[in-house]
Amino acid sequence: MNKRGIVLYLHVHQPLRIRKYTIFDTAEAHDYFDESDHSSDRNNEQVFRKVADKSYRPMNKLLEKMLDKHPGFKLSLSITGTFIEQAEKWAPDVLESFKRLVDSGRVDIVAETYYHSLAFFYSREEFERQVALHQAKIKEVFGVSSTVFRNTELAYNDELAKWADDYGFKGILAEGWDPILQWRSPNYVYTPPNTKNIRLLLKNYRLSDDLAFRFGNKAWEQWPLAPKTYVDWTNASLADGQLVNLFMDYETFGEHQWADTGIFDFFESFVERWLLQPGGAFYMAAEAVGAYASTGEISMPQTVTWADTERDLTAWLGNSMQQEALRHLYALEEPMLRSNDPALIADWRRLQTSDHVYYMCTKWFTDGDVHAYFSPYDSPYDAFLYFMNALRDVRYRLMEYHRHGGLYG
Amino acid sequence: MLGWELPPHNSGGLGVACYYMSKALALQGAEIDFVVPYSASHPDTDHMTIHAATTCSPLDRYGSMGAYDSAAFTNKARGSDLRSLQKQYTSFVETLVEKIVPDTIHAHDWLTMEAGMRAKELTGAPLIVHVHATEFDRSGERHGNPLVHDIEYQGLMMADRIIAVSGITKSIIMQRYGISGDKIEVIHNAVDIESFGSFDYDMRTYAYIETLKKEGYTVVSTVTRFTIQKGLTHLLRAAARACEKYDKLVFLLAGDGEQFNELVGLSAELGIADKVFFTGFVRGKQWRDAYNVADIFVMSSVSEPFGLTALEAAHYNSALIITKQSGVGEVLHNIFRYDFWDIDVLADQIIGIATSRALRENLQQNVKHEYARLSWHDVATKCMQLYRMIPKGVSA
Repeated sequence: MNKRGIVLYLHVHQPLRIRKYTIFDTAEAHDYFDESDHSSDRNNEQVFRKVADKSYRPMNKLLEKMLDKHPGFKLSLSITGTFIEQAEKWAPDVLESFKRLVDSGRVDIVAETYYHSLAFFYSREEFERQVALHQAKIKEVFGVSSTVFRNTELAYNDELAKWADDYGFKGILAEGWDPILQWRSPNYVYTPPNTKNIRLLLKNYRLSDDLAFRFGNKAWEQWPLAPKTYVDWTNASLADGQLVNLFMDYETFGEHQWADTGIFDFFESFVERWLLQPGGAFYMAAEAVGAYASTGEISMPQTVTWADTERDLTAWLGNSMQQEALRHLYALEEPMLRSNDPALIADWRRLQTSDHVYYMCTKWFTDGDVHAYFSPYDSPYDAFLYFMNALRDVRYRLMEYHRHGGLYG
Repeated sequence: MLGWELPPHNSGGLGVACYYMSKALALQGAEIDFVVPYSASHPDTDHMTIHAATTCSPLDRYGSMGAYDSAAFTNKARGSDLRSLQKQYTSFVETLVEKIVPDTIHAHDWLTMEAGMRAKELTGAPLIVHVHATEFDRSGERHGNPLVHDIEYQGLMMADRIIAVSGITKSIIMQRYGISGDKIEVIHNAVDIESFGSFDYDMRTYAYIETLKKEGYTVVSTVTRFTIQKGLTHLLRAAARACEKYDKLVFLLAGDGEQFNELVGLSAELGIADKVFFTGFVRGKQWRDAYNVADIFVMSSVSEPFGLTALEAAHYNSALIITKQSGVGEVLHNIFRYDFWDIDVLADQIIGIATSRALRENLQQNVKHEYARLSWHDVATKCMQLYRMIPKGVSA
């Protein structure tokens, strides 16, 4: 009988934000991702260095210390290609520290698309290419392979699970969303419909979001959250269950929740308390899917994500600007691949990163909840403008390459 | 309440704002005596008592010109007209407050500030100075008139409370006049949707431009006075810049003013004379349809305390591009903003909208939800709170 345990999965990602890129840059300069204003949140290098200091360095140091101290401590990470590229350039020591975590043998890597894209919903072929690119990059940097898959923004449906099963993955991650689960608990291993081997792990969003969103909020009635309380809650949620899946952004530690909220000390103490109690274990995602037999089938015909109260894709694809942006972008697929120009193709794929369309989301603006708009741009319309100018430049470069065709407007 | 104009005798936004504000205040129980500097009938204004301070015609209230205009005020003949009218206005108010003692004096802009100060002196009633524009706004990028600065400074100092129509105006009052921010309340203007009425746009007022639209042209318009404050030379330069990259654009400049000839000349100099349409002074249907024909409305002001026309443009389905120096941008989010001097950014935004239907429609549709939320009722509520907060009989 396996011990009841926690699957801690942290998502590591930084997009390449588009600079204030105007129509006067289009067909002149191709440096969409190089904002020259150092104080701007669009300056990828500055943002990366800032987050490295606030989050990646202190958190990896803590994780290393805890892996040394507690043989029972384990976790899973997913690390996007766009993150790795930036770490290689601006913080190689951060990448080295991630390698040491993986080398411990108690940190596994979850697969995803290299570019943190929504390609699954636009082009199956392109999606598969990006999953393969990510696998290759992870192998190259960390020397390991992944057996568990997560899609960008945890955007999941039955079709995706079927694809992952056919591809050979042993596990897949999704949101444990009440309207889907109904009376069932997220704390069990499930099977998606029409699959052979794959297992489904569901995020326990209440406990995950206590850390990711609420931890430092002084208006929260549970603030300040004590490690003991959180252990109690985890035990209570687990009851007779198997696994508590704590899935969240890695940047929760130090960036979304700053060090002065006490998040690092809390985390250290919580892990220790969890391991000290009889039967308290941690599992890597790849282990967890084999640790228990499936409890039953769960079907999600509609796409479910880990975002907003709607848990859907509206934050990325909800308005016509977002739909237009991606429609025009993916329309370039065939001539783009024919170009065989690695730099051009890489830029085209960097524009697929889901963050770009997220910045174009207007739903907070129309709800009057402007403060919920987290973006390096003044407005969703600015985000769209710079994106379209960059996309036009990609088209221009493609046309130059092929020396035929038009600019399509 | 001391004002300089009311519809239908208004030349700008000040009269409109005074009209709807007083109407909403009356609905909340305020009894208003409103002093104007001319004699004329005001149909549809039975919510308050209007007092005519002089026997002048409404046309003479700015000294036989359009709205008060900082540049022209230095012109001696006209300037002295305006000063003497102001003096008559003040002595009328002095006499009036002997008969009708106000609980609160609410004075709009520098033209009535002297009268407001005198009324306060005579009655001891608290003075609220409502700033719709300062001389710094009206003078654009140049220096304003020292006399007007002086009156504004005194009025702001003497006021018990100041209402600014935007955060931008509040910071000008603080920075340029050194007034403490504690004394200043920001109350943004609103818009009365019903006042727009329901018209059917017949697409004929600007038939040539409609034809261009059918051919895929995008119409960029602005409706304003042609003064330095409005930043129109920057707009024309941005228009030329945009046309370098995208040809199917036309620009409709509706209005008149001292810069008219300069702007016509500049459009020729920039080589875009065939793409820029000047209407001259418009009102009624021509005025309304200058909004209707537009896809994009630009408010290019160098300094705009509020900018009611942007809300009118939103009502008539335009996508809005507004300078960061315009106060109306503080209450709208589904718009583009730019610094008034940044012609490349403006050109980029115009091209962006012209080349993406999705962008244009999102801007047009989403801003409608926003402006519809602004109500004169809320403005009146805030004014009423302010009236009650100030103890009566305070000394200066």
